[in-house]
Order: sequence, then structure tokens, then C-alpha cells
Amino acid sequence: MTKKIKNLNLNFGPQHPAAHGVLRLILELDGEVVEKADPHIGLLHRGTEKLIENKTYMQAVPYFDRLDYVAPMNQEHAFALAIEKILNIEVPIRAQFIRVMFCEIGRILSHILNVTTQALDVGALTPSLWGFEERETLMTFYERASGSRLHANYFRAGGVHQDLPAGLENDIAKFCEGFPKIINDLENLLTDNRIFKQRNVDIGIVTKEDALDYSFSGVMIRGSGVPWDLRKSQPYDCYEQLEFKIPVGKNGDCYDRYLCRIEEMKESVSIIKQCLAKMEKGPIKTLDGKITPPSKKEIKQSMEALIHHFKLFTEGYRVPEDEIYTAVEAPKGEFGVYLISDGSSKPYKCKIRAPGFSHLQSMDYLIRGHMLADVPAVLGSLDIVFGEVDR
Amino acid sequence: MINLIDLEKKINSELATKINKTEIKHNQIYIEIDKDDLIDVTLFIKTNKDTKFRQLIDITVVDYPEKVQRFKIVYLFLSHEFNQRIILSYFINENEVISSLTSIFPSANWMEREVFDMYGVNFKNHPDLRRILTDYGFEGHPLRKDFPLTGHSEVRYSEEQKKVINEPVKLEQNYRNFDYESPWEGTKYIKEQTNTDDKKN
Repeated sequence: MTKKIKNLNLNFGPQHPAAHGVLRLILELDGEVVEKADPHIGLLHRGTEKLIENKTYMQAVPYFDRLDYVAPMNQEHAFALAIEKILNIEVPIRAQFIRVMFCEIGRILSHILNVTTQALDVGALTPSLWGFEERETLMTFYERASGSRLHANYFRAGGVHQDLPAGLENDIAKFCEGFPKIINDLENLLTDNRIFKQRNVDIGIVTKEDALDYSFSGVMIRGSGVPWDLRKSQPYDCYEQLEFKIPVGKNGDCYDRYLCRIEEMKESVSIIKQCLAKMEKGPIKTLDGKITPPSKKEIKQSMEALIHHFKLFTEGYRVPEDEIYTAVEAPKGEFGVYLISDGSSKPYKCKIRAPGFSHLQSMDYLIRGHMLADVPAVLGSLDIVFGEVDR
Repeated sequence: MINLIDLEKKINSELATKINKTEIKHNQIYIEIDKDDLIDVTLFIKTNKDTKFRQLIDITVVDYPEKVQRFKIVYLFLSHEFNQRIILSYFINENEVISSLTSIFPSANWMEREVFDMYGVNFKNHPDLRRILTDYGFEGHPLRKDFPLTGHSEVRYSEEQKKVINEPVKLEQNYRNFDYESPWEGTKYIKEQTNTDDKKN
């Protein structure tokens, strides 16, 4: 007697806590082994690129906060840099340090979230409770600088919106003293943890070649042993003046990616410290009145400042005809903006290159032949945030 | 290959017949090619030992509805080895079918699906050309310039029918697109008026 065996199709998500958002993953299972994975995305698609085409450059900045919403300022950075390169404007040094510092804070925010939720996916609850407390502190820094915890809208073409409030620098420095201990605590919980290792070591291995072919970037490519970081290889803002190391993995599995993220957090703390040390008083945005609005005081005194202010907030600044691709090293990988300007005050086209998009696309390649229980582990180590994947 | 100028020369000499135009700006090389040469050029820059553009960063389209060749297809490549970027582009007509890069770069799969979804550009030899970002059963291609910002239909849960339904968009207030052109130069309709007046005189 022969029995017919049929593969089982399983819907994972879109309402699953380990799907990290609204991912619908259709898995074809042979027993407990995954034969095929077909991610369905787009459940959080908001048409960001279309909206940006209909807004002035300044009005487009908040949309970038809503892409990768766990590290908002890193996205704004790419957009600001793209405009600055086209307009060919110099950013004051203090603004550069502020921007880099907040980008690194964003990196820590993102990595804490990822490392702890990855642990949560494989069964460890405590790291997320400890980690989220630190994220809360970091988000208050966001709030004090920009006025909101998440959707900062803080970076501008030519600098940042406003200077840091009194005392913030000291508090960030204090945080930098205490935070390495928290990283150590997290490492004590996870790095040598038997269960954590059993769930992550040798799972979701990516070879060097495949990492290149699948357009991986960020931790995903460094975990596979390719020492590639845009902050080093194509430095933007003041990264050239800072010293930091690029942690690189060896085996390209989920565990190596976790280790890379932990090391990167330590590097980020050191970058923040250097920024604080090197930061001097000075202007925080370019003084070109055609690009950045004048101060309130000037508006009260100068007719020209008033005109500039009015023009900037109605028409916006015009960007000459050009085409550019600018990328930054966001916590998740290479985040790029391909911008086409047509001489008006609105972008003609703004394509957003999100790292998570190409990472998630390789899900089928990564998970094929693994067990069903490995799906959350691999997904966790990909560091997926749906705001940026779906755009 | 260290600097961009050498690279530009190299590409121009090796692929002379296939390159229409090259330009260096913003530390990147912009190359224009013909539609039919895409596969050859891509294979060359990927495998040649002096270029090694091993990574496809993104594929996108720019829509120029007023041009005959409406779509500009753009490919972004990155070479880790030489730390360089190339932006490859070509123009096509609205209904032309273009070759897929999936056989050379597996990551082109979703990028081409996105292009198909957003602009309605068709690819030949693509293994799985489905919509990717828009909803199941969506109609139209949202990033085309002639697609309205508000869209055509909206989704809601109908209490009577007990299911999610699609309806034509009904807005309490139309989308307000203010003409913020410089008041010094005059708004668009005034400028058009003066332009036609100038021509008459």
C-alpha cells in the first residue's frame, strides 16, 4: 500500500509576533523542513515615493522618519546629503558632528531592538526588558533635540533644525559611560548561552559570493566576512575624522551577525564619545538664507530675513536639474536615495533604496532546507523593519 | 583601476559600440546604453577583472510622460573591490519589453517586480513577475506621473456586506495642490500668459 505525501502550505503572519511587523510568509513544508518560502510584502505600503514627488524638499523629510522607524535620523541623513551634494553646500562642522552623533544613537537604537527581539524570537525574554529601558533613554535624547521621540524631522539640507538644548551633551556623555555595562549584561545573557547558540550557530549561513549576489549590505555582508562599511569606504560628513573599527564575522550565520551587532554598538558608543569631545560651539546650519530659514530674532529685525522665511515655507528652495545617488550606512545596511531634481522646489523622482528589501528577498535562499523553528531565528537576524521594506 | 577617469576610458574602449554616452559627476559614472545591449554590458562590468561591479544596488524607472520614449530605466551598480559606483540607463517606449537581469544577479528578482508593479514595465525571462508592493487585485501603476496622488479606489470594511470592499475614492475635500511658484516671477498661469503674449508680439 502506498501513501501519497503532500507538502503542507503554511501561512506565517501577517499577524505573528515573530514576523517583525506585517510580513506574510507562505511556507511550503515537507514535514518540518521548509521547502520553499514566498514572502508577501506590501501590507505597509504607503506610497512614500509618490508622496515625496508632491512635496517640497523640506516637507519630504518627515517621510524618511517613517521608513525605518527604529532609527529615523539615519534615513533623513541620506536625503539631506543628496540635496547638499546637488546644491553644493558646505555643512558647518558642528552640524556634522551633531548629525553623526545622532546617527550613531540611531544605530544603537536599532541594534538594541534587533538583538533583543532576536533573542525573544528564540525564547529569551529578559534581554528585551533590559534593552528597551536603554532605548527609552536614547529616545528621550531624540526628544530633547528634536521634540519627538520617534519621528524626529531633525536633519535639514545644510545642517540640523536647531541646536542641542543645554545639558544634553552632558547627559549623552553620562549615558556613554553607563551603556557599555548594559552591553556586557546582554552579552552575559546571550553570547555564551547554550540555548541561544543552539538556535543560532550554523543557521542561515550566507557565503561571501551569495552575499554579493543577493545585494546584501550592512551587518548581513559583514557577518559573511566582507569588510565593507560605507562610513569607512565612502565617508560622508565627519566620519573621516573619527576612529572606529569595523567588526567582521567569519561564518556568516545568525550568531555571527548577532556578534557583529554587539560589537558595532560598542564602536558606536566610542564614536559618540569622540563626537562629544570634538564638538565646538558654532553654527548648526548653513548660513545661506536661500536654503535655511533665518532665526526668529533676525526675522523681527530684517526685511530680507522675513522675505527669506516666507519664501522658504511657501515655495521652498529650488534645486537645480541633476541626478544623484547617495547612500549612507544605516544600521540595517546601505540606505540610498536616488534623487532626480528638475529645477523646481519639488523632487521629480526620489527612489529609496532600502536595505531590508534585498535582505528579505533572500529569505527563500536562506531558509530552504532549514526547520520551521529556524524561520524566526533567520528572520530575526535579517533585521527587517517593514516601514522601509514596504515604503 | 583606481580612478574614475581610467574606468571611464576602459569602458569606452572595451565596449565602444555599446556605449552611447558617459559622464562623470558626483564621483559616479553615468552611462547611457541601448536597450538591447543591457545583458552584454552588465556581464562585462560584473566579470571584468578591472571593473568587478559585483553588486546590483537597485533598479528603478523615471517616467517622462511628455517624451516619446517615456521610461528611463536606471540600474545602480557597486564595485566593492574598487569602491566605485556606476549608474546605467536607457530609454524605452511605453509598451516595450526589456530583458531581465535575474540570471546575472538573483537580487534583480524583486527589484524588477517592483518596477513592474510601480510602472508597468514588462520583463522577459523573469521567473516570477507578480505585483509586489500594492494590494492583491490592485489596478494601475502608481508611480507613473499620470496616476493621481489620491489613487482611484479606497478600501473599507462594509458593515452591511460583512467584508472588506473597494470603492471609488470619495474625499470630503479635494487634494489641495497650491501653486507655490515664486510670487516674484508670477504663478504658473500668469507665466504661461506672459509667454504667449511675448510670442504674439
